[in-house]
Amino acid sequence: MMRLPWVIETKTERSTSAPLIAPFAAVAITVCAGVIILSILGVSPGKALFFLYFAPFSSGFNISEVFLKMGPLLLIAQGLAIGFRAKVWNIGAEGQLLLGAIGGSLLPIFFNDSQNPLMLPAMALVGGCFGMGWAAIAAWLRARYNANEILVTLMLNSIALQLLFYLVSGPLRDPLGFNFPQSALFPDVGMLPILFSGFRVNISIFFAIGVSLLAWLFVERSMTGYKLEVGGTAPDAARYAGFSEARAIWLSLLIGGTAAGLAGVFEVAGPLGQLQRVVSPGYGFAAIIVAFLGGLRAIGILFAAFFMAVIFVGGDIAQTSAGVPFSVNIVLQGILLVTYLAARVFVDYRVRFGTRRRIPAGAG
Amino acid sequence: MDTLTFLLSGTLLAATPLLIAALGELVVEKAGVLNLSIEGMMALGAAVGFIVVSNTESYWLAIFIGGLVASALSVVFAAVVLLTLGNQVATGIAVGILGLGLSALIGQPYESMTVAPMARLPIPLLSELPIVGRGLFDHVAVVYLAPLLAVAVWFMLMKTKLGLIVRAVGESPESAHAIGYNVNAIRFAAILFGGFMAGVAGAFISVASTTLWANGLIAGRGWIVVALVVFATWRSGRIVIGAYLFGAATIGELLVQSFGLAIPSQLLTSVPFIATIIAIVLLSMDGRSIRLNAPVSLGRVYHVTQ
Repeated sequence: MMRLPWVIETKTERSTSAPLIAPFAAVAITVCAGVIILSILGVSPGKALFFLYFAPFSSGFNISEVFLKMGPLLLIAQGLAIGFRAKVWNIGAEGQLLLGAIGGSLLPIFFNDSQNPLMLPAMALVGGCFGMGWAAIAAWLRARYNANEILVTLMLNSIALQLLFYLVSGPLRDPLGFNFPQSALFPDVGMLPILFSGFRVNISIFFAIGVSLLAWLFVERSMTGYKLEVGGTAPDAARYAGFSEARAIWLSLLIGGTAAGLAGVFEVAGPLGQLQRVVSPGYGFAAIIVAFLGGLRAIGILFAAFFMAVIFVGGDIAQTSAGVPFSVNIVLQGILLVTYLAARVFVDYRVRFGTRRRIPAGAG
Repeated sequence: MDTLTFLLSGTLLAATPLLIAALGELVVEKAGVLNLSIEGMMALGAAVGFIVVSNTESYWLAIFIGGLVASALSVVFAAVVLLTLGNQVATGIAVGILGLGLSALIGQPYESMTVAPMARLPIPLLSELPIVGRGLFDHVAVVYLAPLLAVAVWFMLMKTKLGLIVRAVGESPESAHAIGYNVNAIRFAAILFGGFMAGVAGAFISVASTTLWANGLIAGRGWIVVALVVFATWRSGRIVIGAYLFGAATIGELLVQSFGLAIPSQLLTSVPFIATIIAIVLLSMDGRSIRLNAPVSLGRVYHVTQ
C-alpha cells in the first residue's frame, strides 16, 4: 500500500498566524515560477524578476495601472467571497461583469450628447442591476429547481460573451464607427473622474476599497453575514436554527452579481470609454483566485487583489518589453491558486513529516 | 456534399470529443472526485496535439501525446485534492486556469495555423449506403472508436471487479478503506484516466475536427462535458445519447448556413449553453434522479488518518 512520508491530522485548535502561511507560500512560489517561465522563454532571470514584480512600481504610470486593475479585482472578489463562505459557488462573475458593462453602456450610448451630471450614477445603477439580474437567473434556478449553480453560472458566462458580441456588432455598434465592433465613445459625464491627469487610475479604486469596508462589516459584524457563514460551514445547524438556504443562495448570488456588474460599468466608464468586444482581461476568473488567496476575508482580499493586479501589470510589461505572451499571466494565476490550495493543508490540518506512527482512524 | 451528409458528419465530429472527455470524467466522478478542470485539460491536449501534428504529421501520436500531457496536468489536480486535501471545486478551477494558460503559452507560435485533416477511414459497404452512408460511415477512426470506448467504460465500471472497487470508493470511501483498498491510489488512477481522456478529446478537436489552433479553441466544451455527466445521471449509456444530442446542438450554425437563414451567429453559438442550462434544470426539478445516482462521496474531502 502507498505510504506517504507525512501524516495529516485533524486540528483541534486554530492559530491566528497559520492562515498567513498559505498566501505567503503561494505568492513566493508564484514569484519564482514567473522567473522560471520567463527564463525558459529566453528572458534573463534578473530581467524577468524586474519586469514581472518590480517594473509595476517603477513609474507613476505603472503604479496607476496597478491600482486601475486592482479596482475590479477587489470589487468582484469581495462580492464572490461572501458567497463562497456560504458555499454558494458563483463561477459566473465574468458573465455578470459583461452584463454590467452592457447595462452601464446603454445610457451613454443612447444619450450620447447628455451633459447630465447624474449620468454616471445612473449608469452604475443600471449596470449593477444587469449584473445582479444575470446572477439572479442562477439563484432562481438553484433555489427553485435545485440546478447546480456552478454549471449554470459557467454557461451564463459563455452566453453573456455571445450577447456582448452580438450587441457590439449590431444594435449597440457606433453607426459612425466604420463597422468596427464597438460602441460610440461615452460623453464626458459618462466617464469616471481620473485621479491624476495623465494617468488612467480613477475613483473606482476608492469605491472598491469602500465596498471592502462594507464587506468586512457585513461578514464580521452583521447577523445576516453570520447566518450565511453558518449555512456554509454547518448546514444542518443552520437549518435547525431556522436560517433559510434559499435566502443564502439568493443573497450570495445577488451580492456577487451586483459587485461584478459594477466592475463592468467601471471598465467601460473608465479605461475603455466605450463598449467593445473585449471588456475584461479575465477579471471575473482572476477574482475567484483573489477571493481564495485572501482567505475569503475582506482584509486578506485587499492584499490579494493588490498582488493579482501586480501580476496583471507585470505580465503586460513583460509582454511589451520582452515580447512574452500575455498567457504567462494566466499560467501564473493558475499556479497562484493551485499552490495556495495545496498550502492550505498547513492551515486546516496539522502536518507531521517523517513519522510512521499509527494513530487512531476515524478522524475526519 | 448534400445537406444531410453535412449535418450528420458535423454532429458526429462535434459529439466525439464530448463523449470521450465525458467518459473520462464519469470514471473520475464514480470514484468520488469532482474534477472541474476538464476545460483546461482539453485545451492543453488540443495545443499539444496540434504541435505534435505540425512537427511529425503523425495524428495518432498527437492524440496520444495530447492525452499524456493532459494526464500529467491532472497529476497536479490529484496531488492537491488527494495529498493536501484541497477543496475539489476550487482546485478544479485553479488547474483549469493553469491548463488554459499553458495551452495559450505553448500554442502561441502556432496561433491561427492549420494542419492537413486526419485521414478518413470510410467503412466499406456501409459508407456506400444511400442518404446516410457518407455522413455516418466516412470519418476518421476515432469517431467510430468513441462509442466502443463507451461500451468498454460501461463494462469496466459495471461488470468487472475493478469497476466495483472504483464505485465502492466513490460511494463509501470509509468502507472501501476498511476492507483494505487504498482509496487515494484508486482515485489517483481515476483522475489520471480522466485527464488522459480529456487530453485525447482536446487533441481530437485540434487535429481532426477544426484542424486549426487558436487560443480559446475549446470555447466552453469542457464545461459542457462536466454538465453532460450530471444530466446523464452518471450512466454511460445516457452519456452517449447526451453527447450526440449536444453534438447536434453545436452544429446549429452549420444548419442555418446551409439553409441561408438570417439568425445571428452569436445566438446559435449560445444554443448548446442554453440547452445545457435547460437540461440541468429539467433533471434537477426531480431531485431524486440526481440523489439516487450521484456517487455519495462526490466532491467530499476524504481524510484517512492512517
